Amino acid sequence: MYHKSTGYKVFSLFNHTFLIILSLLCILPLMHVLAVSFSGKSAATANIVNLWPVDFTWESYEKTIDNPAFVRALFYSVYRTVLGTAIGMAVIIFAGYALSKRNAAFKSRNVYMWFFVFTMLFSGGLVPGYILITELQLINTIWALVLPGALSVYNMILLMNFFRTIPAELEEAALIDGAGLFRILFSVHLPVSTPALATITLFTLVGHWNSWFDGLIYMMDTKKYPLATFLQTVVVQQDFSKMSINPEDMENLSQRTVKAAQIFIGALPILLVYPFLQKYFVKGIVLGAVKE
Amino acid sequence: MESGPQPSVVQPAALKPESNWRRGIRKTWPLHLLILPATLIAIIFNYLPIFGLVMAFQDYKPWLGFFRSEWVGLKHFESLFLFDESVQVIWNTLIISVLKIVCGLLVPIAIALLLNEIRKTGIKRGIQTLVYLPHFLSWVILGGILIDLLSVKGGIVNRMLTDWFGIQPIFFLGDGDWFRFVVVVSDIWKEFGFAMIIYLAAIAGVNPSLYEAAEVDGATRLQQTINVTLPAMLPIIVVVATLQLGNVLNAGFDQIFNLYNPLVYNKGDVIDTFVYRSAMLKGDFSFATAVGLFKSIISFALIIVSYRLAYRFGNYRIF
Repeated sequence: MYHKSTGYKVFSLFNHTFLIILSLLCILPLMHVLAVSFSGKSAATANIVNLWPVDFTWESYEKTIDNPAFVRALFYSVYRTVLGTAIGMAVIIFAGYALSKRNAAFKSRNVYMWFFVFTMLFSGGLVPGYILITELQLINTIWALVLPGALSVYNMILLMNFFRTIPAELEEAALIDGAGLFRILFSVHLPVSTPALATITLFTLVGHWNSWFDGLIYMMDTKKYPLATFLQTVVVQQDFSKMSINPEDMENLSQRTVKAAQIFIGALPILLVYPFLQKYFVKGIVLGAVKE
Repeated sequence: MESGPQPSVVQPAALKPESNWRRGIRKTWPLHLLILPATLIAIIFNYLPIFGLVMAFQDYKPWLGFFRSEWVGLKHFESLFLFDESVQVIWNTLIISVLKIVCGLLVPIAIALLLNEIRKTGIKRGIQTLVYLPHFLSWVILGGILIDLLSVKGGIVNRMLTDWFGIQPIFFLGDGDWFRFVVVVSDIWKEFGFAMIIYLAAIAGVNPSLYEAAEVDGATRLQQTINVTLPAMLPIIVVVATLQLGNVLNAGFDQIFNLYNPLVYNKGDVIDTFVYRSAMLKGDFSFATAVGLFKSIISFALIIVSYRLAYRFGNYRIF
């Protein structure tokens, strides 16, 4: 047997070592940032922090929470994430359900499919999109962050494909019981699609939380920056020109430990939902790739 | 009680002959209604901006609008190829994206094969948990982390290089060639785990009796990998590779925007970042639109070709 040969054992040892180091490399940068965020100011400036905090302190987190601009951005992110996910899911559930009907029962289905798929292949791009949002007077409103991306055609197709795997007998039985279109959606399709719905909901949540560019171009009022945009402008680019921040907060913002704390808080929600995410996304990916 | 029977279900045969079209609408109007929100969003936010592309052929002034701005024909497209800066930007885009596509294809395949050799499910699952994580963090977070890690003044990477190997600190994000290197490596680092999932699924689908048969024939593990595992992965590799064709002009806006600075514009500025700066910082709306349109048209053609290839060689369909 191959796994008993000396050559394979040597390979296996190297393989284990290599993969374990590789996987640690995926998490160590985050650990380093966490360590810096809990370290004392002077230790961080002296560059002696590695993977464990030096002079442990909560100071950077206290400074972060004391900054009203940061807290405002955090709440605005929660707002856009919840609203955006609710609207986005409703849109793709209804459309995905209707489009899961057979071509024979729904003649215009193919027209709709090409109509939606085309939006994945070609777009007006940055400037026309920006001018549209301006003309619609959505600048500085939450709708600029929620509506343009409310239809994820990719997720809609994913969900549609999942609905199509539901045995026709279930739907027929409901029909005989006198259930209508909406009733079948809510009592047949949605309950049996929990894994697919969970996957897509989590992806949408993560997408909204991480989204930063729309905030940067559509929010002239920096008080309405979502957290990702705030982090991008103030923490990553260190661009204070657009912000009205008092000098004390500004000094804090350029402090390495405080930057680390803010970055970590920005990543925290993702880390918290990650275990749930991981439970579902592997299935979701395979589902999206292998369809009939 | 259930709600009354739907008209679509027990519709009595119409007395007068009805046109196909009207019968169709009568039966399917609830379906159209369900799709209506998606249709409206697509029309407003996806199709309307496409008409805005006319500004690529104008000298668009916001106060004049689409109807009164001056028409200039292909002037902006000509400038695109006349300016050294924009030609360089196209080259940068191609170099970075091709490197990303090639490495981004090979690395996940290699790691998936190596991971397949780990038999203990606990270790395997632990490794998977860690390598999938970076995919979900945004480039804002990772950009912030990388700028700190790669800093010349005491970033942990330069500290390790100096302490362990005695190498002088490297200006990773301030030198054009190093910048490209960082962009490609960090992109692979972020995405290889996630990209690997699809290959692991293909490997898991291999019939175990194939391995048993190979073993009876005296095949070594390497031979089994080459003759059993790889052929099983080939169809999905072909599909993934062809679909990447549409990304040749996508060098990764989020990543580059969060890592670059004026020092590396000569080698790190790409089409999307160039469009952003031309439009949002210089206010050169028409030129930026023209550059974006140039990219969209080529990408559109490439995607169509790649879908046809993927359908032909991998039986892949979008829907």
